Amino acid sequence: MHVAFPGGVQALRGVDLAVRRGEFVAVVGLSGAGKSTLLRTINRLVEPTAGTVWFEGEDLTRASADRMLEVRGQIGMIFQTFNLVRRSSVLRNVLAGRVGRLSTWRALLGWFPRDDLLIACEALRKLGIEDKAFVRADALSGGQQQRVGIARALAQQPKVMLADEPVASLDPPTSHVVMRDLRRINDDGITVLINLHFIDLAREYAGRIVGLRGGEVVYDGPARDVDDAMFEQIYGRALKADDFRGAEAEG
Amino acid sequence: MSASGSTPVGPLVEPGRWKLWVGTGLVLVLYLLSLRGAEVSLQRLLEGIPLLVRILGLMLVPDWDWAGRSLAGMVVSVQVALLGTTIGMVLAFPLAFLASRNISPHAVSSYAGKQVLNLVRTFPEIILAIFFVAAYGPGALAGMMAIGLHSTGSLGKLYAEVVETIDPGPLEALRAAGANRVKVFWYAVLPQVLPEFLALSLYRFEINSRAATVLGLVGAGGIGTIMVQALQFRRWEVVGMALLVVIVVVTLIDTASAAIRRRLV
Amino acid sequence: MISAEPRLKGRLTLGLLAAAALYLWSTAAIGAWPGVIWEGIPSFVRLVRGMFPPNWAALPVLVDPLVQTLQIAVVGTIQGALLSIPLILLAARNVTRQGWIYYAARALLNLLRTIPELLYAAILVAVVGIGPFAGILALTVFSVAIIGKLTSESLEAIDPGPMEALEAAGANRLKTIRYAVVPQILPAFLSYTLFVFEINVRVSFVLGLVGAGGIGQLLLTALNLFRYQSALVIILVTLAAVIVIDAVSVRVRQVLV
Repeated sequence: MHVAFPGGVQALRGVDLAVRRGEFVAVVGLSGAGKSTLLRTINRLVEPTAGTVWFEGEDLTRASADRMLEVRGQIGMIFQTFNLVRRSSVLRNVLAGRVGRLSTWRALLGWFPRDDLLIACEALRKLGIEDKAFVRADALSGGQQQRVGIARALAQQPKVMLADEPVASLDPPTSHVVMRDLRRINDDGITVLINLHFIDLAREYAGRIVGLRGGEVVYDGPARDVDDAMFEQIYGRALKADDFRGAEAEG
Repeated sequence: MSASGSTPVGPLVEPGRWKLWVGTGLVLVLYLLSLRGAEVSLQRLLEGIPLLVRILGLMLVPDWDWAGRSLAGMVVSVQVALLGTTIGMVLAFPLAFLASRNISPHAVSSYAGKQVLNLVRTFPEIILAIFFVAAYGPGALAGMMAIGLHSTGSLGKLYAEVVETIDPGPLEALRAAGANRVKVFWYAVLPQVLPEFLALSLYRFEINSRAATVLGLVGAGGIGTIMVQALQFRRWEVVGMALLVVIVVVTLIDTASAAIRRRLV
Repeated sequence: MISAEPRLKGRLTLGLLAAAALYLWSTAAIGAWPGVIWEGIPSFVRLVRGMFPPNWAALPVLVDPLVQTLQIAVVGTIQGALLSIPLILLAARNVTRQGWIYYAARALLNLLRTIPELLYAAILVAVVGIGPFAGILALTVFSVAIIGKLTSESLEAIDPGPMEALEAAGANRLKTIRYAVVPQILPAFLSYTLFVFEINVRVSFVLGLVGAGGIGQLLLTALNLFRYQSALVIILVTLAAVIVIDAVSVRVRQVLV
């Protein structure tokens, strides 16, 4: 599977990026460097003003609205602020991931076929939160909420997982837990594209690092080849303490 | 909504969900029962809709010959609202202090005051208007009195709530400095409550403007009188014109009042 | 107000003069001179005296109209709540993307709000005839306006995150609304509906005065026939019912909220 595209103007400039199936790519850079825009260009939540986005041999910029819905179903996304429906239960939130594939009629009525329920429960089990299925989403801790978000994306049975700063709102130990969840998902064969601004996390978990500065790609290579000096170049400034997440999760 | 329970299999039944369904069912039953009592039938509905649409079309072409008279009538309604609200403000002012627990001399008088205000408040304005029309004859005067009386009650209650939530700090400070009751009232109480009073009164004025238009329907003057005649003779274009005037003027009043209120509070 | 600048004083005086002129003009137009009011009091007192003692024998007759009054409020509110749903979605900036539809929906809601309920009722009576049908239609329109305005404003303040998440998962507009918008706005919607129901119950008691059904109709008849003692009973029953309903709804709100 192949994602490649030159980006649009302003937020992203002349971005030419190709991601292969199964990779774990971390996109790093300062806030405002264009990381969020990059991610959202892939599933066309943001429209590229110039250039193309190819997904599995198909040009997404030419895709019809209906086709985009189908494609998005194959791309899962998780967010820094989790984006859960607070008043709804965990299970309902995860089922929302299946909604794309249901007919509109059944979706509006909430008639989920049994298979969807099983898929949702399997996703919860993979994230280790199946016992929280009926708990209201806002009753959970930040780390648990993010795992619900991941479960929701997993329930789509996606080929690609996009993650926009998923651990920025979490404490260090929980961040590592979530990162390891993502690594496990990657091991299962799902391509992961993650925005991070924590250097140590990027180095530890990603296979490949892409550096963005001012909307342009300034680095693209294996994660282990990137040292602190390289990061300073990407950031365009000296490194600070909060560029590192720190702490290892217990166990 | 409690947690627990292993991986579920089968239809989605969440613990607290049944409440929603029962509630919806109750509402549906209530609705259907009420429909029968209220003489509504599908036939009437089907007959009524095309008629409504046709008449709506007629109303949308207002009769501009009546513009002057409609505007004049609306002006009277607004004047009724103005005077009525003012009467309400003036009368509610002392009553509010009497009815509030922190300023009132006795607990009894506070309770009595509140009950009086509640009683006056509960009387729908339109019923008051009918009485005043019977006593003073048809015309805007009756409307003004009805609105004045009702506003006394509703403003009084709102004023009293404001008075009960003032900050006692400034009062203590002034008393400690040796000020007598009058001075405490003037310098510590009034400055705190006046902006709120004014804002509430403006809001009441908005409501009363609408009420004044309606009171004319029972003979209390203003644009309601024009409306009632136009309806009686089925002159839909005149109705449309009167409605247009009402909409425009009420919207203006609402916008102006909201702007002033924002700067007050 | 120790020493205000001359300009401020001048402005204040001007303002006061303008207000005084306004009031004088209004008083003259209405004929609301204190003397006139004073003179009318005896006839007012006579009127009230003529209502005592209340004709309690009329009570049993009032039961059916009372029930009908409540039914008008129930039907009007429920219909209004249901019909307001499409308007609510259209009048919310974060749900409706086309600017002109949004502005049209907003304008419609604002327009509907400016017309008082009884005015709707009077007009509808002239269109569909005397009786509760007109009352129900009037309350329906009014409810759509108020519930619509309040809910759509709350809608614009909801968390946009879940909407983004559902779009990213491949949900079309309708599905996104169902799964990201509805769960967030439902409690507010229900709360506003109850609020409007309270208002509607009060209003339905006087709908009959313009011919739109309910117990108000009986009151009108009694007044027209100069049966003041019966009229008093009706008024007392109305007052009692309103007080009871106010108390009940305060309790219900405490339980729900």
